[in-house]
Amino acid sequence: MNFKDNKAIYLQIADRIGDQILSGVLVPEGKVPSVRELAAEIEVNANTVARTYDHLQQNGVIYTKRGLGYFVCPEARDKIVASRRDQLMQGEMDYFLGQLKAVGITPAELQGLYQEYLSK
Amino acid sequence: MLSINNISFSYNKRSGDLFHDFSLELNAGNVYGLLGKNGAGKSTLIYLMTGLLTPKSGEALLDGVNVRKRLPKTMSDIFLVPEEFELPRLSLKQYVDINAPFYPNFSKEDMQRYLDIFEMDDDMDVKLQALSMGQKKKVFMAFAFAANTHVLIMDEPTNGLDIPSKSQFRKLVTTGMTDDKLMLISTHQVRDISDILDHVTIIDQSRVLLNTSFADVMNKVAFRPLREGDQPLFVLQSPYGPLGAVPAEEGEETKVDLEMLFNATLQNPAAINQLFTTSK
Repeated sequence: MNFKDNKAIYLQIADRIGDQILSGVLVPEGKVPSVRELAAEIEVNANTVARTYDHLQQNGVIYTKRGLGYFVCPEARDKIVASRRDQLMQGEMDYFLGQLKAVGITPAELQGLYQEYLSK
Repeated sequence: MLSINNISFSYNKRSGDLFHDFSLELNAGNVYGLLGKNGAGKSTLIYLMTGLLTPKSGEALLDGVNVRKRLPKTMSDIFLVPEEFELPRLSLKQYVDINAPFYPNFSKEDMQRYLDIFEMDDDMDVKLQALSMGQKKKVFMAFAFAANTHVLIMDEPTNGLDIPSKSQFRKLVTTGMTDDKLMLISTHQVRDISDILDHVTIIDQSRVLLNTSFADVMNKVAFRPLREGDQPLFVLQSPYGPLGAVPAEEGEETKVDLEMLFNATLQNPAAINQLFTTSK
């Protein structure tokens, strides 16, 4: 079971929307599908999608215009990057560092690997 | 919206009550999953809810009206898709022409849309008898959804559907569901429908073991690899090590695993009951 397998569905949907914002499928001030549209598209209960939208609204990723639906916040991209950084630091990094330790990769080796990765 | 009040029911006197003083309240805007072991009484409960069986005592009310009176206004507002059914020797067009008038909110456009979701031919002259079992089910369900009744009850809707149609069925529900409708799906195929439910009702002979929203389940039970010191409600062995349903810690939210929840509820009804009746 990896980190994503047992993540609450409403958060998996939030990740999906986050991905779409980062990749430019959804743009700042652009319209987000309605709760019902997205629920039908991804075959998930509408209340679950509504919960995703509440969550994204609270985190300043989307906002609602009365009667018009949901839109992407201008600063959505920064918010998503910041929250993913938190998520990485809290959960996955710990696991990753544990694996490094278990197979005996030294900090110097790690630094080398990361630098190599960045220069690709 | 649909209230089952203190129903008692038995098929015959010697076998005793299948339901005894059974009550359940179902509200509009929800997709309910009705789960129970074989013989737990799911289908019987559905027939009691829809006025097809008469309880010994108690009543099922739709918006305050006893469904057993089978008044036109009740019957035109409930649609039941049973697990097995026969379709008459008619063309699809004849079938729709004859049956649609019973349902004031029936929409031909919706019917077309739902047939499209199931990737069924839009040939309205097709003979119903010429269809395979799975195709009959799709046509009947397209009609059931297009009838736009406030109550739609389905008994094992994904049985007999091929693999792609299970996803199409989910699309049918998420497309057809609105806030003023109540849908209830009775099933053993929990993996097929888990994501489209917002409420889970687990019954076992006369008792409602669990009746709560997915949001509530997520707050109270976590489904994940077991850790030291966990007091699991249910344990499942897996290639990754033991997984379990455990009381959720503050702020811990995981994907609801309906199968584990069901097994935990049957194995440990008292612990589940305590977890869900005490507020956090």
